[in-house]
Amino acid sequence: MKVLLDSLIELIRRTSAEIPDDVQKVILASLEREKQGSIAESALKIIEQNIELARRKSQPICQDTGSVLFYVDAPIGLDQVAFAETAREAVRAATAKGYLRQNSVDSLTGRNDGTNVGPGAPTLHFHQHRGEELRVRLMLKGGGCENVGAQYSLPNTKLKADRDLDGCRKVILDAVLQAQGKGCGPGVLGVCIGGDRATSYEHSKEQLLRKLDDTNPVPELDALERDVVKTANELGIGPMGFGGTTTLLGTKIGAINRVPASYFVSVSYMCWAFRRHGAVLAADGAISAWLY
Amino acid sequence: MTKLTLPFSEEKIRALKVGDAVEITGVVFTGRDAVHKYLFKGGELPPEVNLQDGIIYHCGPVVIKDEADRWKVVAAGPTTSIREEPYQGQIIGQFGLRAIIGKGGMGEGTLAACREHGCVYLHAIGGAAQVLAEKITAVRDVYLMEKFGSPEAIWELEVQDFPAVVTMDSHGNSLHREVLAASTAALQARV
Repeated sequence: MKVLLDSLIELIRRTSAEIPDDVQKVILASLEREKQGSIAESALKIIEQNIELARRKSQPICQDTGSVLFYVDAPIGLDQVAFAETAREAVRAATAKGYLRQNSVDSLTGRNDGTNVGPGAPTLHFHQHRGEELRVRLMLKGGGCENVGAQYSLPNTKLKADRDLDGCRKVILDAVLQAQGKGCGPGVLGVCIGGDRATSYEHSKEQLLRKLDDTNPVPELDALERDVVKTANELGIGPMGFGGTTTLLGTKIGAINRVPASYFVSVSYMCWAFRRHGAVLAADGAISAWLY
Repeated sequence: MTKLTLPFSEEKIRALKVGDAVEITGVVFTGRDAVHKYLFKGGELPPEVNLQDGIIYHCGPVVIKDEADRWKVVAAGPTTSIREEPYQGQIIGQFGLRAIIGKGGMGEGTLAACREHGCVYLHAIGGAAQVLAEKITAVRDVYLMEKFGSPEAIWELEVQDFPAVVTMDSHGNSLHREVLAASTAALQARV
């Protein structure tokens, strides 16, 4: 388990300190578009410097190292209990090293024992598959952006949103408007149409595991993703809500079945400090390839 | 760009307008959710903490002990300020604050207190924890650590040329209110 432990600590370090390439590319492109001398441009320049500095110093990009969310694609036969125990140990070790902030608080007493391990912390999602490969992805989801996530139940009278794709578009853009700069924009939306409330939110977060430059295989959703980004960037909210042309870096939308009575649209907002990485692990637990 | 050195005079703060870029030098205190609720409900500040003409920085830093057992700030950007909206106005008046550093902006209650008492809201870049940690030159002390835990404690920090933008001034202006109004109108034209 020592090899697996070291691999998971390295996954946490890398996720906390290094922005994935697909995200950094879009941030750099957005810097080109902002007006020279504007506060939006200066905000993006500080963001750019921060990305470099975090990588060079191997320290957290953002001090809110967030909810620690593991997504594990497991071959049949993986001992999930042992894996989860090792993951918890890795979180303790990474916290002691300063890759993670002491960030987990007892919701009833307010006590923070400084380990980041407790009920629901970290969170592990296991998906079993028939292949051989063990893949583990990690998302560190900051609280500021998590707080501006939203779930809508359609129809929505106030937003004139019916149970169709145009209604989905209206509520997704409303979430962007309500978030303003509070989620540390420019951000990325993960959206789920359908599901029960809990599954819908979970699926919206899993959309954030997609690379920003991928293409949605469903043509209607691909069109909606592009339209939401384009329209949001016309609203003038801008980086940090300072005004400007970059409000969203991307949008990823998935759809799952619903019951006839429910029509949920769930929006998870990810800040520009988009922390997710992933690795393929060999049989001994060593990292054999990076996923982003 | 305006250089500001702590402690601040009311005159200096009143001269600032929305959109001004500033760089702050001096001693600042962090305080976030638990500290604001505590002070609002009548909790006492530790005697060493003097906020008069000073700053509260909405921040929960990552701080570790180095080999020599000294505190070292590893990451320290701003947290979302709007959660302190129920408490901020009273705290500005009661403790004589001249500036708040945070992110995301605050509401009408804070804006009114800024106007009444001569205080500004300074927006730092959210998520820029490394750039901002480099501006922290020393950790002087920490208070209420046992009670609230590390991110929620009051950290006394020396900062040098800490960058921020005035987004709410002491004359009733708020960039956040302006952007909300303009973006609401822009969206209405597009749905």
